[in-house]
Amino acid sequence: MIKLSKADYEKILAHAEKELPNEACGLIAGTSDGNDKIIHKVYLLTNTDHSNEHFSLDPREQLSAVKDMRANGWIPLGNWHSHPESPSRPSEEDKRLAYDSKASYIILSLMDSNNPVINSFHIENGISEKENLIITE
Amino acid sequence: MNITVSGVKKEVSDGLTVEQLIVSEKVETPQYVTVTINDEFVESGSFKNTVLKDGDAVEFLYFMGGGQ
Repeated sequence: MIKLSKADYEKILAHAEKELPNEACGLIAGTSDGNDKIIHKVYLLTNTDHSNEHFSLDPREQLSAVKDMRANGWIPLGNWHSHPESPSRPSEEDKRLAYDSKASYIILSLMDSNNPVINSFHIENGISEKENLIITE
Repeated sequence: MNITVSGVKKEVSDGLTVEQLIVSEKVETPQYVTVTINDEFVESGSFKNTVLKDGDAVEFLYFMGGGQ
Protein backbone atom coordinates (compact mmCIF):
# COMPACT_ATOMS: atom_id res chain seq x y z
CA MET A 1 0.00 0.00 0.00
CA ILE A 2 1.21 3.49 -0.79
CA LYS A 3 -0.48 6.67 0.40
CA LEU A 4 -0.42 9.95 -1.51
CA SER A 5 -2.15 13.05 -0.23
CA LYS A 6 -4.72 14.72 -2.44
CA ALA A 7 -2.64 17.90 -2.33
CA ASP A 8 0.41 16.04 -3.63
CA TYR A 9 -1.69 14.31 -6.29
CA GLU A 10 -2.88 17.72 -7.45
CA LYS A 11 0.70 18.97 -7.44
CA ILE A 12 1.70 16.12 -9.77
CA LEU A 13 -1.31 16.69 -11.99
CA ALA A 14 -0.74 20.44 -12.28
CA HIS A 15 2.92 19.95 -13.15
CA ALA A 16 2.16 17.22 -15.70
CA GLU A 17 -0.45 19.42 -17.38
CA LYS A 18 1.94 22.37 -17.43
CA GLU A 19 4.63 20.25 -19.11
CA LEU A 20 2.37 19.00 -21.91
CA PRO A 21 2.97 17.88 -24.59
CA ASN A 22 6.08 16.47 -22.89
CA GLU A 23 6.30 13.88 -20.18
CA ALA A 24 6.74 15.26 -16.68
CA CYS A 25 8.64 13.50 -13.91
CA GLY A 26 9.87 13.66 -10.37
CA LEU A 27 10.63 11.82 -7.17
CA ILE A 28 8.61 10.73 -4.16
CA ALA A 29 9.88 10.54 -0.59
CA GLY A 30 8.48 9.67 2.78
CA THR A 31 8.37 6.85 5.25
CA SER A 32 8.03 3.13 4.95
CA ASP A 33 6.88 0.38 7.29
CA GLY A 34 7.25 -2.99 5.62
CA ASN A 35 5.24 -2.83 2.43
CA ASP A 36 3.33 0.25 3.56
CA LYS A 37 4.62 3.56 2.29
CA ILE A 38 3.49 7.09 3.05
CA ILE A 39 4.54 9.84 0.67
CA HIS A 40 5.44 13.02 2.54
CA LYS A 41 6.81 14.99 -0.35
CA VAL A 42 6.56 14.97 -4.12
CA TYR A 43 9.47 16.51 -6.02
CA LEU A 44 8.90 18.07 -9.43
CA LEU A 45 12.01 17.60 -11.54
CA THR A 46 13.02 18.58 -15.04
CA ASN A 47 12.65 16.00 -17.76
CA THR A 48 16.01 16.43 -19.45
CA ASP A 49 14.73 14.55 -22.51
CA HIS A 50 12.08 17.26 -23.09
CA SER A 51 10.09 14.61 -24.94
CA ASN A 52 6.50 13.41 -25.12
CA GLU A 53 7.76 9.81 -25.24
CA HIS A 54 10.71 9.66 -22.83
CA PHE A 55 11.88 11.04 -19.56
CA SER A 56 15.15 11.26 -17.65
CA LEU A 57 15.46 12.97 -14.29
CA ASP A 58 17.86 15.88 -14.06
CA PRO A 59 20.79 14.54 -11.95
CA ARG A 60 21.54 17.92 -10.36
CA GLU A 61 17.95 18.31 -9.22
CA GLN A 62 17.99 14.69 -8.12
CA LEU A 63 20.97 15.46 -5.89
CA SER A 64 19.16 18.41 -4.31
CA ALA A 65 16.07 16.28 -3.73
CA VAL A 66 18.08 13.49 -2.09
CA LYS A 67 19.67 15.99 0.28
CA ASP A 68 16.29 17.47 1.12
CA MET A 69 14.91 14.00 1.86
CA ARG A 70 17.81 13.26 4.17
CA ALA A 71 17.48 16.59 5.96
CA ASN A 72 13.82 15.82 6.64
CA GLY A 73 14.36 12.23 7.73
CA TRP A 74 12.58 10.77 4.72
CA ILE A 75 13.68 7.97 2.46
CA PRO A 76 13.41 7.82 -1.33
CA LEU A 77 10.26 5.86 -2.17
CA GLY A 78 10.46 5.94 -5.96
CA ASN A 79 9.58 8.21 -8.80
CA TRP A 80 6.62 9.42 -10.82
CA HIS A 81 6.13 10.40 -14.42
CA SER A 82 3.33 11.22 -16.79
CA HIS A 83 2.13 9.52 -19.95
CA PRO A 84 0.61 12.30 -22.07
CA GLU A 85 -0.77 9.97 -24.71
CA SER A 86 -0.84 6.45 -23.28
CA PRO A 87 -2.45 4.57 -20.38
CA SER A 88 -1.27 4.52 -16.78
CA ARG A 89 0.82 1.40 -16.99
CA PRO A 90 4.57 0.84 -17.35
CA SER A 91 5.78 0.75 -20.94
CA GLU A 92 8.41 -1.74 -22.01
CA GLU A 93 10.98 1.03 -21.65
CA ASP A 94 9.70 1.88 -18.16
CA LYS A 95 10.16 -1.75 -17.15
CA ARG A 96 13.57 -2.01 -18.77
CA LEU A 97 14.81 1.08 -16.93
CA ALA A 98 13.29 0.21 -13.55
CA TYR A 99 16.43 -0.80 -11.70
CA ASP A 100 15.17 -0.54 -8.15
CA SER A 101 12.84 -3.32 -7.08
CA LYS A 102 12.17 -1.54 -3.79
CA ALA A 103 10.89 1.58 -5.54
CA SER A 104 7.34 2.54 -6.37
CA TYR A 105 6.78 3.77 -9.91
CA ILE A 106 3.84 6.15 -10.14
CA ILE A 107 2.41 6.83 -13.58
CA LEU A 108 -0.15 9.52 -14.34
CA SER A 109 -1.96 9.15 -17.64
CA LEU A 110 -3.33 12.26 -19.32
CA MET A 111 -4.52 10.31 -22.34
CA ASP A 112 -8.08 11.35 -21.51
CA SER A 113 -7.55 14.94 -20.41
CA ASN A 114 -10.91 15.00 -18.62
CA ASN A 115 -10.14 11.85 -16.67
CA PRO A 116 -6.53 11.61 -15.53
CA VAL A 117 -5.61 8.17 -14.21
CA ILE A 118 -2.87 7.56 -11.66
CA ASN A 119 -1.46 4.22 -10.56
CA SER A 120 1.58 2.97 -8.72
CA PHE A 121 3.60 -0.07 -9.70
CA HIS A 122 6.20 -2.39 -8.29
CA ILE A 123 8.58 -3.49 -11.06
CA GLU A 124 11.01 -6.35 -10.66
CA ASN A 125 12.84 -8.34 -13.32
CA GLY A 126 10.78 -6.66 -16.01
CA ILE A 127 7.46 -7.65 -14.45
CA SER A 128 5.15 -4.94 -13.16
CA GLU A 129 2.50 -5.32 -10.52
CA LYS A 130 0.00 -2.65 -9.56
CA GLU A 131 0.29 -1.41 -5.98
CA ASN A 132 -2.60 -0.30 -3.81
CA LEU A 133 -2.37 3.48 -4.23
CA ILE A 134 -4.55 5.37 -1.77
CA ILE A 135 -5.15 9.09 -2.21
CA THR A 136 -5.88 10.65 1.16
CA GLU A 137 -7.59 13.93 2.04
CA MET B 1 40.64 8.45 6.28
CA ASN B 2 37.03 9.44 6.83
CA ILE B 3 34.52 10.15 4.10
CA THR B 4 30.74 10.48 3.93
CA VAL B 5 28.83 8.16 1.63
CA SER B 6 25.17 8.95 1.01
CA GLY B 7 25.09 10.90 4.25
CA VAL B 8 26.79 8.22 6.34
CA LYS B 9 30.28 8.77 7.74
CA LYS B 10 32.69 5.94 7.02
CA GLU B 11 36.32 5.11 7.59
CA VAL B 12 38.00 3.85 4.44
CA SER B 13 41.54 3.10 3.39
CA ASP B 14 43.74 5.85 2.00
CA GLY B 15 43.96 5.96 -1.77
CA LEU B 16 40.51 4.49 -2.32
CA THR B 17 39.17 5.23 -5.79
CA VAL B 18 35.56 5.87 -6.77
CA GLU B 19 35.57 2.58 -8.66
CA GLN B 20 36.71 0.70 -5.55
CA LEU B 21 34.11 2.47 -3.43
CA ILE B 22 31.37 1.41 -5.86
CA VAL B 23 32.47 -2.20 -5.36
CA SER B 24 32.82 -2.00 -1.58
CA GLU B 25 29.43 -0.29 -1.27
CA LYS B 26 27.88 -3.05 -3.41
CA VAL B 27 26.27 -0.48 -5.69
CA GLU B 28 23.66 -2.17 -7.87
CA THR B 29 23.71 -1.54 -11.62
CA PRO B 30 26.87 0.62 -11.39
CA GLN B 31 26.67 1.32 -15.11
CA TYR B 32 23.62 3.48 -14.38
CA VAL B 33 25.03 5.33 -11.40
CA THR B 34 26.13 8.93 -11.37
CA VAL B 35 28.63 9.89 -8.69
CA THR B 36 29.19 13.25 -7.05
CA ILE B 37 32.05 14.23 -4.77
CA ASN B 38 31.39 17.37 -2.75
CA ASP B 39 28.52 18.15 -5.16
CA GLU B 40 30.76 17.92 -8.22
CA PHE B 41 29.78 15.34 -10.82
CA VAL B 42 32.43 12.77 -11.69
CA GLU B 43 32.63 11.54 -15.28
CA SER B 44 31.98 7.80 -15.36
CA GLY B 45 35.18 7.30 -17.36
CA SER B 46 37.13 8.78 -14.44
CA PHE B 47 35.88 6.46 -11.68
CA LYS B 48 39.00 4.31 -11.90
CA ASN B 49 41.42 7.20 -11.57
CA THR B 50 39.54 9.42 -9.13
CA VAL B 51 41.09 9.03 -5.69
CA LEU B 52 39.01 10.05 -2.71
CA LYS B 53 40.36 12.41 -0.10
CA ASP B 54 39.76 12.70 3.61
CA GLY B 55 36.53 14.58 4.26
CA ASP B 56 34.99 13.95 0.85
CA ALA B 57 31.21 13.62 0.65
CA VAL B 58 30.14 11.09 -1.97
CA GLU B 59 26.66 10.58 -3.35
CA PHE B 60 25.43 7.83 -5.66
CA LEU B 61 22.56 8.88 -7.91
CA TYR B 62 20.71 6.21 -9.80
CA PHE B 63 19.59 6.94 -13.31
CA MET B 64 15.82 7.20 -13.49
CA GLY B 65 14.04 7.35 -16.78
CA GLY B 66 11.53 5.69 -19.04
CA GLY B 67 9.12 6.28 -21.82
CA GLN B 68 5.51 5.81 -22.71
